[in-house]
Amino acid sequence: MSARAITCVQGTGLPLRGHDIDTDRIIPARYLRAVTFEGLERHVFEDDRRGWAGAGAHPFDRDEWRGAAVLVVNANFGCGSSREHAPQALQRRGLQAIVGESFSEIFFGNALALGLPCASIGPADATWLQQLLEDAPDTQVVLDLETMTVSAAGRVVPASMPASARDALVSGAWDATGLLLARGEEVDAVAARLPYVSDW
Amino acid sequence: MPQTLLQKVWDAHTVRRLPSGQTQLFIGLHLVHEVTSPQAFDALRQRGWPVRFPRRTFATVDHIVPTRDAARPFADVMAEAMMTALERNCREFGVPLWGLSDQRQGIVHVIGPELGLTQPGMTIACGDSHTSTHGAFGSVAFGIGTSQVRDVLASQCLAMEPLKVRRIRVEGDLAEGVYAKDVVLAIIARLGVKGGVGYAYEYAGSTIEGLSMDGRMTICNMSIEGGARVGYVNPDATTFDYLRGRPFAPSGDAFDRAVSWWRSMASDPGAPYDDEVVMEAAALEPIVTWGVHPGQSVPVSGRLPAPSEAPPEERQNVADALAFMGFDAGAPIAGTPIDVAFIGSCTNSRLSDLREAARVVGGQRIARSVKGLVVPGSRAVRRAAEAEGLHEVFLAAGFEWRDAGCSMCLGMNPDRLEGRQISASSSNRNFKGRQGSPTGRTLLMSPAMVAAAAVAGEVVDLRQVLRAGGGAR
Ligand code: SF4
Repeated sequence: MSARAITCVQGTGLPLRGHDIDTDRIIPARYLRAVTFEGLERHVFEDDRRGWAGAGAHPFDRDEWRGAAVLVVNANFGCGSSREHAPQALQRRGLQAIVGESFSEIFFGNALALGLPCASIGPADATWLQQLLEDAPDTQVVLDLETMTVSAAGRVVPASMPASARDALVSGAWDATGLLLARGEEVDAVAARLPYVSDW
Repeated sequence: MPQTLLQKVWDAHTVRRLPSGQTQLFIGLHLVHEVTSPQAFDALRQRGWPVRFPRRTFATVDHIVPTRDAARPFADVMAEAMMTALERNCREFGVPLWGLSDQRQGIVHVIGPELGLTQPGMTIACGDSHTSTHGAFGSVAFGIGTSQVRDVLASQCLAMEPLKVRRIRVEGDLAEGVYAKDVVLAIIARLGVKGGVGYAYEYAGSTIEGLSMDGRMTICNMSIEGGARVGYVNPDATTFDYLRGRPFAPSGDAFDRAVSWWRSMASDPGAPYDDEVVMEAAALEPIVTWGVHPGQSVPVSGRLPAPSEAPPEERQNVADALAFMGFDAGAPIAGTPIDVAFIGSCTNSRLSDLREAARVVGGQRIARSVKGLVVPGSRAVRRAAEAEGLHEVFLAAGFEWRDAGCSMCLGMNPDRLEGRQISASSSNRNFKGRQGSPTGRTLLMSPAMVAAAAVAGEVVDLRQVLRAGGGAR
């Protein structure tokens, strides 16, 4: 299976401030009671959005950021539970990339497997970009995976992600299943060498 | 060249280097549960793929099960749909399922070890972040998402980035009333909730070596709360003694052959580490979280921090957490009133946890204002506890004695906090909304500390309770 090459994401941005935003907040556990991912986007940040200073005040409820392609976060985004429902819900809402200071590893891997790139930028760059989007919500944000940069309003800042993940995205190999299925006999050979698989 | 356990296990399971630079890693044991698997099985069905190694794949049900009245169909139609999907998927793909009619059912991270499925030197995957628990046996165990569950079902492999290894050495004896839970909460407080990103944590030192397998599992379980996807302890005599005689452990001569292989997988003396941290056990107190992530904790004799005392980048987080919790900066954590006492979860629901909690309860009753819940991690734990009469201690004290499941660790089943309730909980996450009420509040602590808080109706220093002769000896 070859996937679509993802070299560049461009669109408006959605600033979401806060460190350590965990996946229980992104999608509360009660919405995991389902056998498909359909409709999850309706419940993104549901409890935060209800509790946020007044209805409609949460960044995900604000008109000026509707239709954004790039979510801009701070540190340790997506920590906690391994639920893929979190990146699924964000992607189903129309987000095509996330940039921010840092990401939890499991979240990063889950997002990668969906073709949703998570790129790290410096902490000051993340707050700059959030401020920019708060002041000028129409600003176009560009994540370029070939030059590994994020640009907006004429400024370009460096971005990073593990080289293998970047390569997988730009070469369209981010859906790993096909690759993992390819060499069946090599998998069998490794299994046969492991004493616990071959019953000691 | 001396090597770490991580390196040895990684090498032994490497199929090849993928063009992206990631490693294709063979997964020796795949554990499946009802929440993260239905979409993965659907993907296989759509593409006509079989499960590649059904004999290395095992399923159970834990997150959604009601821990009281689990008669089918479940009252919750969505939970029933998930249960039915898992039953159908396991039947269709030939995966053994320990469901509600099986005496082996329980939380996936409790039953894997208890059945002897979890063994040293293995790679393990499960669609659940607390898969790190299994590292207590010297396995390398990854929590994964649903797309990766699909990959493992279809290919028995994962595409993985290499990990660095940080050795965390804990030395010395733990004081009375201080447990593995306190050790891991202290590690997270020190290294931070994202300190472990990119690392496997190797737990070592005399304190860790002195822990039972239950204690080691508690520590490895919460590696993920420190940002480390993988945590492990090198296998030793404690590990082998635990495994001997378990249903899926090798027996007879095979057991001896297994022990020599298991031993050979432990980190070598002089192995290179990317980082090393040393902690003194004697300095540790019982620890209680006060905020909205597991790194926001204080020793039980401590006071809540003020935002102004925090590093600049943390100030807003501390202020927000205090506001959410409704707590005042500078207030002592001891004396915080609680509404609910929850003893359970894959972190602390094993027999030794229940024994310690029951010892603290002794013949006392829990406070009238407290709803107490004891939820064994598996049916086997429940049976063993009942054989010792622990359930009678809990029931006489006013606790409810439930069936095995995840229960109030997360809001996916009928056990939930209501409104602003404060829960003293032996689980692993105090995230906003985690225990099922969007505004509910969670204080994480050891199960013995939960028992003491249940009796007192407020957070108390277990050491003082024990010193005053509280609890049965
Ligand atoms: S007990 Fe809690 S943390 Fe453990 S598997 Fe269940 S829900 Fe997850």
